[in-house]
Amino acid sequence: MSKLAYRDAVRDALSEEMERDSRVFLLGEEVAQYNGAYKCSKGLLDKFGPERILDTPISEAGFSGLAIGAAMSGLRPVVEFMTWSFSFVAFDQIVNNAANMRYMSGGQTHVPIVFRGNSGGGHQIGATHSHAPEGIYASFPGLKVVVPAFAADAKGLLKSAIRDEDPVLVVENEALYGRESEVPEGEYLVPIGKANILQDGQDVTIVTHGLACWTVLEAGQELLKQGVRAEIIDLRSIKPLDYETVARSVRKTGRLVCVDETKPFGGVSAQVAAEIGRSCFDHLDAPILRVTSLDVPMPFSTALEDECVPNQRRILEAVKEVLG
Amino acid sequence: MAWFCEKKSYMLSQYALNFHAANAGQNMTESKNFAILHATSEPPDYGPAPELSRAQRLEWYRKMVLVRRFEERAYQSYQTGLIGGFCHLYNGQEAVAAGIFSTIRESDPVITAYRDHAHGLMRGIRPGPAMAELYGRATGVVKGKGGSMHYFDVAKGMWGGHGIVGGQTPLGLGLAFAAKYRGEDKVCVCFLGDGAVNQGAFHESLNLAQLWKIPVVYAIENNKYSMGTAVERHAAPVDLYKRAAGYEMLGVQVDGNDFNAVREATWTVTERARRESLPAILELVTYRYRGHSMSDPQHYRTKDEVEENRRRDPLESLRREIRTEGLIADPELEAMEEAVRQEVVEAHEFAAASPFPAASEIFTDVFA
Repeated sequence: MSKLAYRDAVRDALSEEMERDSRVFLLGEEVAQYNGAYKCSKGLLDKFGPERILDTPISEAGFSGLAIGAAMSGLRPVVEFMTWSFSFVAFDQIVNNAANMRYMSGGQTHVPIVFRGNSGGGHQIGATHSHAPEGIYASFPGLKVVVPAFAADAKGLLKSAIRDEDPVLVVENEALYGRESEVPEGEYLVPIGKANILQDGQDVTIVTHGLACWTVLEAGQELLKQGVRAEIIDLRSIKPLDYETVARSVRKTGRLVCVDETKPFGGVSAQVAAEIGRSCFDHLDAPILRVTSLDVPMPFSTALEDECVPNQRRILEAVKEVLG
Repeated sequence: MAWFCEKKSYMLSQYALNFHAANAGQNMTESKNFAILHATSEPPDYGPAPELSRAQRLEWYRKMVLVRRFEERAYQSYQTGLIGGFCHLYNGQEAVAAGIFSTIRESDPVITAYRDHAHGLMRGIRPGPAMAELYGRATGVVKGKGGSMHYFDVAKGMWGGHGIVGGQTPLGLGLAFAAKYRGEDKVCVCFLGDGAVNQGAFHESLNLAQLWKIPVVYAIENNKYSMGTAVERHAAPVDLYKRAAGYEMLGVQVDGNDFNAVREATWTVTERARRESLPAILELVTYRYRGHSMSDPQHYRTKDEVEENRRRDPLESLRREIRTEGLIADPELEAMEEAVRQEVVEAHEFAAASPFPAASEIFTDVFA
């Protein structure tokens, strides 16, 4: 094990998969000469050349659709969105073409593609640039969605995504790119659809993903000081979602708090709460609580923005409430 | 001929006028780009399209008749409730698909929008599975999961019918990109209707196609109406091939009701794409006889207008030509047409007798 920044883990995954498979290529805004808006593709142009590392115009619908067509034809494109907030101008391509193609062609063709990029709020970039899209896209059958929170998963999940036969959306986060964490040596994959227990505990289960994992881990330390040991689960994969790992934990703790940055209406926590409320009804000692982004567009001022995303105060309050 | 002509009337007889003016006294196969009505710049001259044999010409006529009869049957079956949902008929436009498919290679990928029956049938989907798809049966070409708008036969290079107007235009770009990436000698023909030219995805595709020199030909089937909105009311300018000019792309316009003219224009733009790896717009001016879909009462046009355009029926034109040239004796021609009629009856019988998909099929083909 050695420590690696998240963005370098992303780059290593891209580089390794491109070396392994000539069908893999990367396209997006500023991915080549600029080395990536967030430097996730640093050095790849020099290594693989302009035929496989392609700077695109600001034209998300065009280059996303091009990549989907290329994937139908057997290539393995990786599309970088500078931010997932820009993916919405390519929404039709993603949800109608990438997601539906296998089904509506009766299995004749499919779309082995990866869409990836930065997402989320907390950076004072306002409502248009701060979307957390994972819940929205997970609602479309045919799409897989993963949200790595740590460098090891950023690498292992991206490698799995590139090898997957179906469209996989990898939702990263600007706040994570510079963070270092341990990454295994050598070749490895992280399977899509498997949650990861970040901390064992017996008093309450906290289910989270993405950047919120880091906030929840800090809250977990605070709870330990209060004598509460939370079991903290990183979903890692939103679709398919590993309900079984969550249910196993809730049967043990009897209490569940869901923490994530999607919106409360139809968000990821709403989905987890609905399923666990059904499957673990007899094991629950308290209502399931959710700590999500607030149901407002993302504000600009940090005074407002810090309150809008899940923060430690709101997490601790929710845990206190379920513990009665 | 002036290549960037002033806005002209959309009378379909324009082609005939231009043709006679340009070719008076000439053998048409020796005339340079005789078929192209207008273009954004002078198209290259790759000579005439490879000549079709007698048997091939008869076969493409037969395919046009098959599409017409197939859709007449679909029309009836819709009325009797065998077909539900949307059903967009191609009647009147058959020379477009036949002209293009008879000129490109079988290895060239094609992709189209939702008015896709002709493209599927002419690429080789059998009438039985094609009809069964309309009837929602398990034996349908995409197992009853796509319906009228989503015919696929990937093995034959038919990459779908696509339901969202203009949504297929970046996909066609991607099919051509993939061929170029792998160094394959292929051109993608991406069909779209006149209504799709105003979608952003199409313009993004045009920019990328020219910027990256992708061998894709955008075949705009201008049937004059974007659903019920006439081209004069939805497009500025109404000459859709001119959309290419803003991207420094070649755009050409051809009479889409003339099988031979479509072939020549297709040859010019696809050969250019193949040899130079350059995209083009090929605008095919045509007319659809039926409504936009089955539920269209057609209040936006007069019966006289439809009747006027029926006089330039592409099937009738080609049939006349075949008879004039004596390619086939009348009894044989009639026997061929009768055989097509019978083939469509059998397609209906096959579809109507086929089972609906099993409930277990709901969850298959979502993921690998």
